Amino acid sequence: MLELTWLIPALPLAGFVVLMVLGRRLGEPLAGWLATAAVGGSFVASAVVFVGMLGRHGEERAFSQVLFEWVPAGGFSVDVGFLADPLSVTMCLFITGIATLIHLYAIGYMHGDRDFSKFFVYLNLFVFSMLMLVLGDNLLVTFLGWEGVGACSYFLISFWHTSDANASAGKKAFVTNRVGDWGYMVAMFLTFTALGSIRYVDIQAGAGGLATTTATAITLLLLVGAAGKSAQLPLFVWLPDAMAGPTPVSALIHAATMVTSGVYLLTRMNPVIAVGSDWVPTVIAVVGAATALFAATVAVAQTDIKKVLAYSTISQLGYMFLAVGSGAYVAAIFHMVTHAFFKALLFLGSGSVIHGLGDEQDMRRMGALRKLLPVTSATFIVGWLAIAGVPPFSGFWSKDEILLYAWDLSPALWAVGFVTAILTAFYMSRQVFLTFFGEARWDRPLAEAAPDLARERGVPAGSADGEAEGRPDGDEAASPTVVNVYESGHLPHGVGPLGPIQPHESSWTMTLPLVVLAVLAVAGGALQLPFTSGTKRLEHWLEPVVAPGEHHLAVATGTKWALAAVAVVGGLVGIAAAVALYLRRRRAEQPAEPALLARGWYYDSGLAAFAGGPGRIAFDTLAWFDRTVVDGAVNGVAWLVRGTGGGLRRTQSGFVRAYAGFVAFGAVVVVAVMVFRGVVL
Amino acid sequence: MLAAVSSGWYLSLGAVLFAMGAAGLMVRRNPLVMFMCIELMLNAVNLTFVTFARRLDDVGGQVVVFFVLVVAAAEVVVGLGIIVSILRRSPAATADDASYLRG
Repeated sequence: MLELTWLIPALPLAGFVVLMVLGRRLGEPLAGWLATAAVGGSFVASAVVFVGMLGRHGEERAFSQVLFEWVPAGGFSVDVGFLADPLSVTMCLFITGIATLIHLYAIGYMHGDRDFSKFFVYLNLFVFSMLMLVLGDNLLVTFLGWEGVGACSYFLISFWHTSDANASAGKKAFVTNRVGDWGYMVAMFLTFTALGSIRYVDIQAGAGGLATTTATAITLLLLVGAAGKSAQLPLFVWLPDAMAGPTPVSALIHAATMVTSGVYLLTRMNPVIAVGSDWVPTVIAVVGAATALFAATVAVAQTDIKKVLAYSTISQLGYMFLAVGSGAYVAAIFHMVTHAFFKALLFLGSGSVIHGLGDEQDMRRMGALRKLLPVTSATFIVGWLAIAGVPPFSGFWSKDEILLYAWDLSPALWAVGFVTAILTAFYMSRQVFLTFFGEARWDRPLAEAAPDLARERGVPAGSADGEAEGRPDGDEAASPTVVNVYESGHLPHGVGPLGPIQPHESSWTMTLPLVVLAVLAVAGGALQLPFTSGTKRLEHWLEPVVAPGEHHLAVATGTKWALAAVAVVGGLVGIAAAVALYLRRRRAEQPAEPALLARGWYYDSGLAAFAGGPGRIAFDTLAWFDRTVVDGAVNGVAWLVRGTGGGLRRTQSGFVRAYAGFVAFGAVVVVAVMVFRGVVL
Repeated sequence: MLAAVSSGWYLSLGAVLFAMGAAGLMVRRNPLVMFMCIELMLNAVNLTFVTFARRLDDVGGQVVVFFVLVVAAAEVVVGLGIIVSILRRSPAATADDASYLRG
């Protein structure tokens, strides 16, 4: 049954090709259903491969399938081949599973969009690229998928490209990812130089023979690549902006596919990491912990419902890097899976809210939606409890395991992770309370509901225009971004541009995925329960792949219980703080949101200021040097040759007698020289 | 007696003929005449070769003369063909008029 591995990426590719050709003709619901079916079929194929793998044992579970020879060049040869082993099949299962739900959801969410079928073309290509990334049996095929998801994220983030913000967000994601790709490529070259092969099987077998410095360099370069894809410090800037894309895209990128590839890559290369210097894992752990804490602090003060989730994703990815750095690869993958469940749930839930409110994304204009969107709010609350680390929801188990390993590496890293956990519980509670509880703020004039927001959108405080129109932010002059959304053809379901806001529950295509994901978010922890060896299913499953790098815990059982208890208390403290600040006081604007955090520590604007100021000068100087000195030298040689040739051309007059004269003159000179220098005679 | 004529005379004759040919080549305009001047120069050189061959009792000089004659014949075949066709197009053409053939 493992022979069906090729089918896993082939089905989304087929869906992509068919939709590319027939998409427009198939029209609105059909194109979406076709795309969903393609990815769903891929999920079934993954499940079949998974079942086939269960029937084997140990080393036999790694199955290699070579489709064709791709790059034969001297001693270097790369095949397009797939490697199905416990790790890649785990990834395939949750990627295709969640992607299917997201496709289904998108049928409802993208309803009425002008480029409905194009959206699904991109989505299918995205899933295909991600599956290539995961299934590739060597670094180059993985890189193919790696670039593929980069390109697709560019297409999808700037899907509504008529809006300036969306277009530049896509560009930003693309450019930032290129920085990371540099690291990946150099690491790949270095691997080939050192091992003579870039197949994972050879890397796993030959890693032990690597020099420490080489392994260290490869790992650090891979970390650069992984930081770019997985939005870690300092390359995270693209991810919050990626919120400009349609919500299903955010869910797909942030939960199941692209951002997890950095963690996947490091897990895949764990034998190399194990050979490198012993400070390298600590670097990875510190990057992860710093990112987790940093992003969590920023998430606390965001007002855009999706931006909170975006920073939350960065923070959770930081946890996964912390796990990788602590040698807890199983815990990293475990958290990746549970995170995929609950983060997809939260993103799709937020999309449902945005949809129900007619494209309102600001939490200051929400509240009291619990009764109006019953399914969305119930599932969102499940996702909230899961990410906040409340037992027995899935997030608790995976986060707790990471913190346990972090404790074993360094209590300081554990403390960072713990503070992040408190903050996570706090900002997610804040989001839930602002969105679903408290008083309704979406039906009041903007100036009253959210004075800051009214200022941002240019509505004067106390103005009654908003009330009269019913939907103040639909006013053309007040909100150019909203107008652009309409121009792009994405009309909010059931609400005209100036119609009244009537929050409503979404269609079944959107709520069904929410329910399925909610069930998974509750039960996902069952993959890996820490009680006995028998309940650690994921660990046994992944053992053949991660064994070389996996760290063995030396923590007493009592300490484990104590740490788990502390983590639970921390989560509850975070929730309690949010209850006190947001549920009791019932105010839209809050004292606990300093501008420093709302603006993300000014990291982005600082970067922009640097790139526009000193960076710009430095690069201008470099460009000037290139133009004048380097190009000047090259052009100077060309000018000299051309001048000489031009001069000589004038002697070619075509007058035969002049030529004869030259020859005679030359002969006379030669003879004269010979005579005078006494060579002859 | 032939022996009384020293090789100096032959060489002088060759030099004079060569100088005449060279001067004619540079002075005259008629391409046909210029061609004859070239032949004159070539044969002046041939004369010199033969003289030295005799004087040094080495057959190599005479062999070179054959080569020169062959090259000269080949040149005449090609060059004369070009010149005749030019003169047919414009009977009064001089060598300078053919400068439109320059590279």
